[in-house]
Amino acid sequence: MTANLVNILMGGVFHAAILFLVAAGLQVVFGVQKIFNLACGSFYALGAYTGVSAVGYFTAHGGPPALFIIPLALGGLAVGLVGVVVERGLLRFVYDRDETFQLLLTFALVLMLEDLIRMTWGTAPVSTGGLYLNYGQARILGATVPVYNLIVIAASLAIALGIGWLLSRTVFGRIIRAAADNREMAEALGVDMRWVYVRVFTLGTMLGTLGGALVIPATAAMSEMGIELIVEAFAVVVIGGLGSMRGAFVGALVVGILRSVAISVYPELEMLLIYLIVIAVLLWRPSGLFGAAAA
Amino acid sequence: MRTPVVLSLVGIAFLGLPVLAPAYYVTLMLPFMAYGVVLLGLNLLFGYTGLVSFGHALFIGIGAYTGAVLTTHLGVRHMELILPAAALAAAVVAAPVGALCVRYVKIYFGMLTLAFGMVFYTFLLKFYKLTGGDEGMRMLRPYLLGSEWPGFSKTAYLIGPYYYFSLAVLVLATLLMWRIVRSPFGLCLKTIRDNPLKAESLGVSVPRYRWYAFMISAVYAGAGGALLATPTGNVDPTLAYWTHSGNIVFMVLLGGFSSFFGPLLGAFAFIFLQDTVMSVFPYWRLIFGAVLAFIVIFAPGGLMGLFARGRRPVEVSRA
Repeated sequence: MTANLVNILMGGVFHAAILFLVAAGLQVVFGVQKIFNLACGSFYALGAYTGVSAVGYFTAHGGPPALFIIPLALGGLAVGLVGVVVERGLLRFVYDRDETFQLLLTFALVLMLEDLIRMTWGTAPVSTGGLYLNYGQARILGATVPVYNLIVIAASLAIALGIGWLLSRTVFGRIIRAAADNREMAEALGVDMRWVYVRVFTLGTMLGTLGGALVIPATAAMSEMGIELIVEAFAVVVIGGLGSMRGAFVGALVVGILRSVAISVYPELEMLLIYLIVIAVLLWRPSGLFGAAAA
Repeated sequence: MRTPVVLSLVGIAFLGLPVLAPAYYVTLMLPFMAYGVVLLGLNLLFGYTGLVSFGHALFIGIGAYTGAVLTTHLGVRHMELILPAAALAAAVVAAPVGALCVRYVKIYFGMLTLAFGMVFYTFLLKFYKLTGGDEGMRMLRPYLLGSEWPGFSKTAYLIGPYYYFSLAVLVLATLLMWRIVRSPFGLCLKTIRDNPLKAESLGVSVPRYRWYAFMISAVYAGAGGALLATPTGNVDPTLAYWTHSGNIVFMVLLGGFSSFFGPLLGAFAFIFLQDTVMSVFPYWRLIFGAVLAFIVIFAPGGLMGLFARGRRPVEVSRA
């Protein structure tokens, strides 16, 4: 009984750890650029595929399998640099446009990235095989949990703390918060917003691609994974509140654990339950649990 | 004065198409006409009222599943009954959903409609016994004008009677929508789009009018969904998926949301362009994503905006 419970809980927390990374990317971009980036799920898929390729290259060239997490994370972070191209090449044209157009531009990105992934990696699922079992299994209260999952949970927590530190203690963090609050004022005080936007968007992209890379040893990469994840990340930010990092953290835990519980108790309810909660939150408190006043 | 001439030419082309064009292109016209009905309604919400729904595929799904359930399970085969039933089912769902959604605008409206759409999608996907799960449900060939059209093969039926039936529905839907947007009600919607505060101070109940627009657009999407189900033959949950909602907004934007006929042109361009691209290059999303990005950045007025550029400045409303 306890073993079962721990299994469900750990599965949920692992999923939440990944969801947090993607949702945090969504939040930081929404907070500063006021763009709801539908493509964050596509970046997640891109990171996943790149992670598989990076690990494949690493082991094919004699890298020790136990160190596969290094090329995995590096590959995930490196492909996040695509954010620079996307921001400079597309998004910078629409900052002063209606948000409908911004949303549709990110939808255009979703379409393009989905087929770019199919062109590059094909349509069959790809995976890293059982590499993650290299780290062995841990026994927690009678349940067996792969150590890899624990590493990912720890990494996600560390990143959450890192983002908290970045936002509250560094100069760049202060600039981000100022820009999120009042763009004109920040600009008037001498902040080069172009530079801020590039860095913030790339940060957001990297969080998504890293999330995708980290999840992949435990599952397989499929071309639809991006458009499926975006609706979950969307649920996370709505529950937590748009633009709030603390909201992304709590929202990810709520969605991750609820989904895990629903799957084991009543599978039909899986995502249905989460969307119903999303609707309830939107109606009852549109700003989310941690958001500022509703827009 | 060019509009009546263009419209008559288009009308003659539509009537003569099944006789003149190869059967393949005639079958492509069927989804065009079904989407045409959907988009006329969607644009009442998007172009005229200024609300962008990212969950409108919900109502297409309801219309299509209504058709499938009626023909396969309940033995109702008359299209003249299926269409009103699909529209009614969409309206019944849209009444509470719309009442909740229209309390919000902009991104919150988009998110709420997306969430409702995904609720219906997961319902279709997970409740296998009721909906057939991911395999979906068959839509049997409906009777038109009380006849089964027994002598017609599947293709002959689609490019003959069903083509003209769809055309009649599209024409009726267009005429009705033309009346709606030209009525005082339509003017109220435009005022709400351009200046909700002013509309409110002039005595227009903004949420109520938004709700009406939502209901009308849902009814159109339900009827269009039922119309779409026959040429598709099999309805499945992807009809209600959020990317489908995105695609239909794309179609409206492609044609031009600030023009009455823009969405129809958009549906036409989308379907035939998709067919052309797919015949030479399997990755149509890549091309279409680039097209959408181009339109958003350089030509927000869509194709209609490009055509009209020489005549008058493109007017891009800021909802």
